[in-house]
Amino acid sequence: MSWMSGFSIAELGHYALVLALALSLIQSTVPLWGASARDNRLMRVGTVSTLIGFLYVTFAFGALTVAYINSDFSVANVWENSHSAKPLLFKISGVWGNHEGSMMLWVLILSLFGALVAAFGGNLPVTLKARVLAVQGWVATAFLLFILTTSNPFLRLTPAPGEGRDLNPILQDVGLAIHPPLLYLGYVGFSIVFSFAAAALIEGRVDAAWARWVRPWTLMAWIFLTLGIAMGSYWAYYELGWGGWWFWDPVENASFMPWLAGTALLHSAIVMEKRGALKIWTILLAILTFSLSLLGTFLVRSGVLTSVHAFATDPTRGVFILAILVLFIGGSLALFAWRAPELKQGGLFAPISREGALLYNNLFLVAATATVFAGTLYPLVLEALTKDKISVGAPFYNITFAPLMVPLLLAVPFGPMLAWKRGDLAAAAQRLLFAMVLAVVALVATLIIEGVQHPLAPLGIGLGIWLIAGAANEIIDRSGIGRMPLKTSWARFTGMPRTAFATALAHAGLGVTVIGIVATTTYQTETIVSVKPGESLETGGYTLTYQDSVPHTENNYREELYRFVVSRDGEALLAIAPAKRFYSTRQMSTTEAAIKTFWFSQLYVSIGDQHDDGSLTVRAYYKPLVTFIWLGAVLMAIGGTVSLSDRRFRIGVAKPARAKRLQEAKA
Amino acid sequence: MKRFLIALALTALLLPAGGALQSGGSFDFVSQAWAVDPDEMLKDPKLEARARDLSEHLRCLVCQNESIDDSNADLAKDLRVLVRERIKAGDTDEQVKKFLVDRYGEFVLLRPVFDWKNLLLWAAPVIVLLIGGIALFMRFRGTGALSESKLSASEERALADILKKY
Repeated sequence: MSWMSGFSIAELGHYALVLALALSLIQSTVPLWGASARDNRLMRVGTVSTLIGFLYVTFAFGALTVAYINSDFSVANVWENSHSAKPLLFKISGVWGNHEGSMMLWVLILSLFGALVAAFGGNLPVTLKARVLAVQGWVATAFLLFILTTSNPFLRLTPAPGEGRDLNPILQDVGLAIHPPLLYLGYVGFSIVFSFAAAALIEGRVDAAWARWVRPWTLMAWIFLTLGIAMGSYWAYYELGWGGWWFWDPVENASFMPWLAGTALLHSAIVMEKRGALKIWTILLAILTFSLSLLGTFLVRSGVLTSVHAFATDPTRGVFILAILVLFIGGSLALFAWRAPELKQGGLFAPISREGALLYNNLFLVAATATVFAGTLYPLVLEALTKDKISVGAPFYNITFAPLMVPLLLAVPFGPMLAWKRGDLAAAAQRLLFAMVLAVVALVATLIIEGVQHPLAPLGIGLGIWLIAGAANEIIDRSGIGRMPLKTSWARFTGMPRTAFATALAHAGLGVTVIGIVATTTYQTETIVSVKPGESLETGGYTLTYQDSVPHTENNYREELYRFVVSRDGEALLAIAPAKRFYSTRQMSTTEAAIKTFWFSQLYVSIGDQHDDGSLTVRAYYKPLVTFIWLGAVLMAIGGTVSLSDRRFRIGVAKPARAKRLQEAKA
Repeated sequence: MKRFLIALALTALLLPAGGALQSGGSFDFVSQAWAVDPDEMLKDPKLEARARDLSEHLRCLVCQNESIDDSNADLAKDLRVLVRERIKAGDTDEQVKKFLVDRYGEFVLLRPVFDWKNLLLWAAPVIVLLIGGIALFMRFRGTGALSESKLSASEERALADILKKY
């Protein structure tokens, strides 16, 4: 054992967590009192306690990580989920590859966001900042209590076992190192938006400035959530072995619902910021988005769903999170019901206008959220009430979710083309002529190349092109490229606000994802056969010849590599080796698919059973444009980042806020 | 008050989920899959395509949210073989489904049937669209003319005075 365990690092971590709870109680109360008494010193206590609380949580998290790195199996959590022979990266990522550790990550990110507001929220009115921190403190208190009473990761074992039980082999992947942190940065990040909404309701004042302050936080959370979901999807795709990239699994839905609501929020907040309208609705969306994050946490952490991510088995945890859920959602909605009627609505607009288009977006996104919500929770509620058991899977969503997306996606290019207050639909359509022509060309081209076998697919491809071309069209149109002299249009191009490019990138990304989804689901080829050494199979124009199999041993697993040569038109291109692994500690085997990317398409080969006669079951797919699915999401995230970098919205530069603070200081 | 009641109702909706907690969780989480073996496949590619399509709509009962097409559990394999037997025997897709529902209950269908019991599930998107649509309609009906002739008589007079000066 190393020097650290002699220090009882686990106890120090536990102690730090208790201190963090104490500080979060201060953070929850004192700044509120300060804000109502207008006492600057009391309000400053909120800032300080938030920052110090964050340090304690970070220390506790670090302590647990050290226990993992040192393979300190006297800590029960480490013993249950780690193994001394595991590579260092998986020892670290293993910290959150289990219930207790993932709750620690949750709280770490929660207090990180609180600390960011405490540190960089200098431009906020002091009372608003104090209240935001207090609300953030309530959430932190609830979850720290949850960890300390039901999910303590620092419990000791005596005597300490000599070796750990290892991490689930499927989680021993870089995916675990990236996916949960990104996802949590996303959906826990929405806690700040929630705190802003609750604080604004307590203040009884919501205006365009509020929308501007909240904007960077919403964007940040949204960017991380987008990347987190995409990353999770790609991880499932390569790890689970049959090339699916979205399963409508309740746990996926748990992260998808906040994404849908968060996307709606991002759009309605624009209206509030630019036009001072939709205040009440935006506040409600902010509450709903984080409520869905909490719901997701409940679904995943309580074990109420027995699904691919369910770690928890203990019902006391479920009841505890349910109590948190009811308290926060019920409490915030009650606060909303009480205070919202006092908020003044502003900014009139006609149905056909930028505002109208953004509302249309909200209508369909909220309906889509409701669909996923019903699909995820209805079976649970039905079973609890009537004992009837039903299953809601991909076939349900295919006929409910997809139809909601079509009218939404069709309208996307129109949004940025419409003027505020009152837009001209016909003029917008005329300006979108270029995009329409391209979309129709794409549709017809797909029909000619692929035939009429799948009549919906060319429409889908056309829709994707419509989104991409529509986004480009907006930029071209605004800069006057082709209409004006090059010099003028270049000046206009460089003078455009970054948010215009951000919108275009995000909308184009959506189109890229749509094309990826449609192309893969409709035009993929699948070959499932048994082959003996020397025999070949063919998929998507590639010939795979099975050579032989060779064993290979690593520290914590052994594997059998099945070697294939991939050729096309008789010419050998490369060698691939899908594998089957066996992890001895957990007595589990996994398949490791071999994936080769050709441009944006992929060849995906995974291995089934090996039979006594030496033949091998192989599943080989050619997935056209499959990488578009994730590249589109990356484009959306880049769009979000570009928007975040627009200096008008950077945290800490909003001038009106500073002026307001000065005014308040004078008052 | 109305909003408060809605808040209460929304909260109450969440409560039944607690009942489902007792059923608890299980520890085998992520499972991998290989599914359809070549020896299971039907000779006739048309029938096989139907079998594959049907398999995607049927749940592997012992798995977590996996169709029998995706799962490599023994039960999923048995069901795949069973589906192919029924298809070979000349069953329509609906008859195959009915056969399985009679045996295993509605739980086997990944797309719940459209009936009274599942009404809320199916209607959720429609309800939201309707409520949202009506709310929008009400909002815009009030502001149809927008700000055009919203000036009061005295304001009109003041405006006329100002305009006269120029």
